[in-house]
Amino acid sequence: MTARLWAAIAAVLLGMLLLVAPAGATTPAASSPVSAGASEEAAETVQGTVRDPDREPLEGITITVTQDGEEIGSAVTDAEGSWAVPLPGPGSYTVTLDVSGLPEGVAPRAEGGEVLDGVTVRPGASQGVIFQLGTGEVEEGGAAIPVARVLQLVVDGIKFGAIIAITAVGLSLVFGTTKLINFAHGEFVTIGAVTAYFLSTAPGNLPIVLAAVLAMAVGGAVAGGVEVGLWRPLRRRGAGLIQMFIVAIGLSLLLRHLILIVFGSRRQQYDEYSLQTAWTLGPVRITPRDLVITVLAFAIMIGVAVMLQRTRIGTAMRAVNDNKDLAEASGIDVQRVILVVWVLGGALAAIGGVFFGLTQAIYSEMGFELLLLMFAGVILGGLGSAYGAMLGSLVIGLVSQLSTLWFPASLAYMWALLVMIIVLLVRPQGILGRRERVG
Amino acid sequence: MDVLAVLSVAVRGALGPEAAIYALAAIGLNIHFGYTGLLNFGQVGFMLVGAYGTAISVLSFDAPLWAGVLVGMACAVVLALILGIPTLRLRGDYLAIATIAAAEVLRYLYRSSFAEPVTGGVFGLVQFAGEFYAVNPYTAPLELGPLRFNERALWLMTVAWGITFLAAGLVWLLVHSPWGRVLRAVREDEDAARSLGKNVFAYKMQALVLGGVLGALAGSLLAINSQAITPDAFIPIITFYLWTIMILGGASRVLGPILGSIVFWFLLTFLDAFLRGAMSAGWIPGFLLAPSDIGAVRFAAVGLGLMLLMVFRPAGLIGNQKELRLDVR
Amino acid sequence: MSDDRHEDLLAQRESVHEQEQEREDTPSVGARRAAAALAGVANVPGVAKPDAILVADDMSRHFGGVRAVEVEHLEIQRGTITALIGPNGAGKSTFFNLTTGFDRPNSGRWSFDGKDISGAPSFRIARQGMVRTFQLTKALTRLTSLENLMLGATGQRGERLLTSLLRPTWAAQEAGIRHRAEELLARFNLAHMRDEFAGTMSGGQRKLLEMARALMVQPDMILLDEPMAGVNPALTQSLLGHIEALRDEGMTIVLVEHDMDVIMSISDWVVCFAQGKVIAEGRPDDIRRDTAVIDAYLGTHRSLQEDQT
Repeated sequence: MTARLWAAIAAVLLGMLLLVAPAGATTPAASSPVSAGASEEAAETVQGTVRDPDREPLEGITITVTQDGEEIGSAVTDAEGSWAVPLPGPGSYTVTLDVSGLPEGVAPRAEGGEVLDGVTVRPGASQGVIFQLGTGEVEEGGAAIPVARVLQLVVDGIKFGAIIAITAVGLSLVFGTTKLINFAHGEFVTIGAVTAYFLSTAPGNLPIVLAAVLAMAVGGAVAGGVEVGLWRPLRRRGAGLIQMFIVAIGLSLLLRHLILIVFGSRRQQYDEYSLQTAWTLGPVRITPRDLVITVLAFAIMIGVAVMLQRTRIGTAMRAVNDNKDLAEASGIDVQRVILVVWVLGGALAAIGGVFFGLTQAIYSEMGFELLLLMFAGVILGGLGSAYGAMLGSLVIGLVSQLSTLWFPASLAYMWALLVMIIVLLVRPQGILGRRERVG
Repeated sequence: MDVLAVLSVAVRGALGPEAAIYALAAIGLNIHFGYTGLLNFGQVGFMLVGAYGTAISVLSFDAPLWAGVLVGMACAVVLALILGIPTLRLRGDYLAIATIAAAEVLRYLYRSSFAEPVTGGVFGLVQFAGEFYAVNPYTAPLELGPLRFNERALWLMTVAWGITFLAAGLVWLLVHSPWGRVLRAVREDEDAARSLGKNVFAYKMQALVLGGVLGALAGSLLAINSQAITPDAFIPIITFYLWTIMILGGASRVLGPILGSIVFWFLLTFLDAFLRGAMSAGWIPGFLLAPSDIGAVRFAAVGLGLMLLMVFRPAGLIGNQKELRLDVR
Repeated sequence: MSDDRHEDLLAQRESVHEQEQEREDTPSVGARRAAAALAGVANVPGVAKPDAILVADDMSRHFGGVRAVEVEHLEIQRGTITALIGPNGAGKSTFFNLTTGFDRPNSGRWSFDGKDISGAPSFRIARQGMVRTFQLTKALTRLTSLENLMLGATGQRGERLLTSLLRPTWAAQEAGIRHRAEELLARFNLAHMRDEFAGTMSGGQRKLLEMARALMVQPDMILLDEPMAGVNPALTQSLLGHIEALRDEGMTIVLVEHDMDVIMSISDWVVCFAQGKVIAEGRPDDIRRDTAVIDAYLGTHRSLQEDQT
């Protein structure tokens, strides 16, 4: 009874938190504020570049700025499509694009998209304004979501989710067999990506496929080394779980910043496959690289599932996961199983890191950012369930991509983490988890 | 390299306002983990709402600074409730993940473009604590041999250390009361406490709120200290600093976080100054370590230190090693 | 098992029998009172008692497909020692967990002392006066024995956040609680452990500590989950003495126990569980002869005398 009451109160509070978001989100959907640091002493301006749907600049388009119905000024776009209107001071303005000047077949993507209300200009700022132009076919209503875009985001979400999933499986297996929340798991991801980067660039110049395989080996070796050199002795000493958890945090900090020293703070790309023309498959566009990565990630997931179900070591893993003492009593070498789990988890994290690096970028924080999404996936699917981790991660990938339909892309990870917190609220054991027995 | 200069920089670090502020936030964390056993890995989230609560109240609502600090603390209460209601009934490790995630959610939210009119987005907020410096009673800097603190630092240190010791006194009173006894019982075994008629959830919530409010207060002081805040100053590493400080001093010891913070900042600034000195003296070859790597070395050292502490001396400097060995979890 | 220890056990067993004999010769006040109260009660499962303190109806708890508890009706008579017996996995401990709010049933209602407490949280049930101990003792390891006991007292003003800061408001009450805790420690022969961490105690001492701590709540009814498990025979005697003394003071005691000798010697009423259901209840002598019990319980778990021959 009281539990329900608390849950209801929590739901209301969370709801309030979430309501703030869409209310505030209406402005950036129309104008994405760009702050120009250079013109600090200059007076406030609004400026922008008008481009047609093919990203070509449009010349000779008239832009008018008004405030409370009064015209402040106007400008005509130049050969680069650029325009700027000086303003009397900071405040809120309305910016209007004269549609009559647009060439045939070009029109605002949304109905009424030629008028941008409530453009906020901060003191001293040069506020950027973007008019989103489409091919003239005005999509029904401003708020309707185009099906093609949804499909595209679903594909992107599945791709991203599959990458999270193959990294999260290791986290989940390690938790299942040792009950340790391995905070340093994200660093295995980074180690994989960075290793492949160093191998595939000068002086090695290995093909990325080979580099990825070697990175998996390195990731597995590092994880196995950490197990043998750190966790196994700690378990022998009878260290508590909280103690080991904090050690894992220390290890994460240490590894991440060692990588930072070696790799540097810049974001890097792999030499190969960094620029590709996307294939158009029906309404969806995907690069051959991303398609291959998604298929490979699913193949790896299926491989892990087959291993868990069909092989001796997989059965042993599941047995240790279910009940360590019982597994030990029935003759399973638990320590060996745990070592295999670490090596496997490390190798999977490393290949996940290469995939993430290929689709996005390689940087020293990538593992830690991904770690929180892995946690979200693992908790969503049910702590300790390998299949749950895969399923949960896919959902997390989809949530983060689909959230960009309504919200800024910079908040994509936030929605994934919020989903996790909400799941803790309504179904703490996750999608596939078992309700725990108390007492 | 001037050893005396390096040492005086380190002592400044150990006594400066930052050490006091981190000690205060770690005292809050100590209520969570040291006395109640809550794995809060989102203490930086409480600091964030404290800092922004203060700055936004002053800048957007023209509130006096003291009211801003109170608003920051109130925000921490709300955050603790939102966070605690779903997670305090669950196993400890869920709380750990939920809190670190919540702190990151807050950071993303505060730095997002649509929050920019209020929070200043990624650029943050500046110049909101003039009132604090306007009432600075110090008129001359303090010089103790090679140590020198200017008026501004002295005023901040007085207030920050004053609040920190007040908070430590408050914690001492609390944990030496029957309330503190229940808290420690919850830490040892929730079910046992329940079987004796204690409302475990309520006690955990009280602890979460109280420790969170201290964290928010530390956040407010941090904001006042720098007169500029950005969301990206509130990253998860701050929480890990606080854990290191708490464990270094000794968890579930009233003075543990204070001692921990002083030693932590001494070592950290010492390492920093030493590396800089060694580099300019040419002791460390450039291909091994560039000056820009010093920050990373510092974080790596914290990580290594946290690991070694937890493995070899989990009770910290003033903790009771015998007591800790009884921990059978 | 070596012969020495075998002999030892037999000797201890013998002493239990002697004391049991004594007890039957001169039943205590509480035992006579309980026998009188239960005199007219028939030995059928779910029978009504003249003065029931705990009444459970249609309680069920399923784990997956397993029906751990399926109790149609059960009453516990006030002021008696009632033993729950049954083979492992019969649902005794789960029944404990359900009635004390540590687990939630799939269905069922139960009341304590006339008040409906179905679905109430565990701490509230404890405050109502029904306190339990655990099969695996839950000593609060990093609290001293004295602190363990003092924690048990209810209605402490100093346990509220705001008043805890004002020592004068609770100092006097605290002194009274300390006095009571010290008395109980002495009564349970733990006075010498007063300032030791509970984590340093032996298993038997922890059992005693847990029972003493539960008594600090001043309950009307106490549920003991295998109080003798892991306790050495010498301590067993003193524990049994404590349990009987509590009954004589008017407290209701329910205990789960596997040692048939202990059960037959101290309980006033025995309830037998098998596969989640109450299959028999009655006085110890009735149960000894009950064919359902012999089939379900003694059939799978032979008595100790048989084991030893």
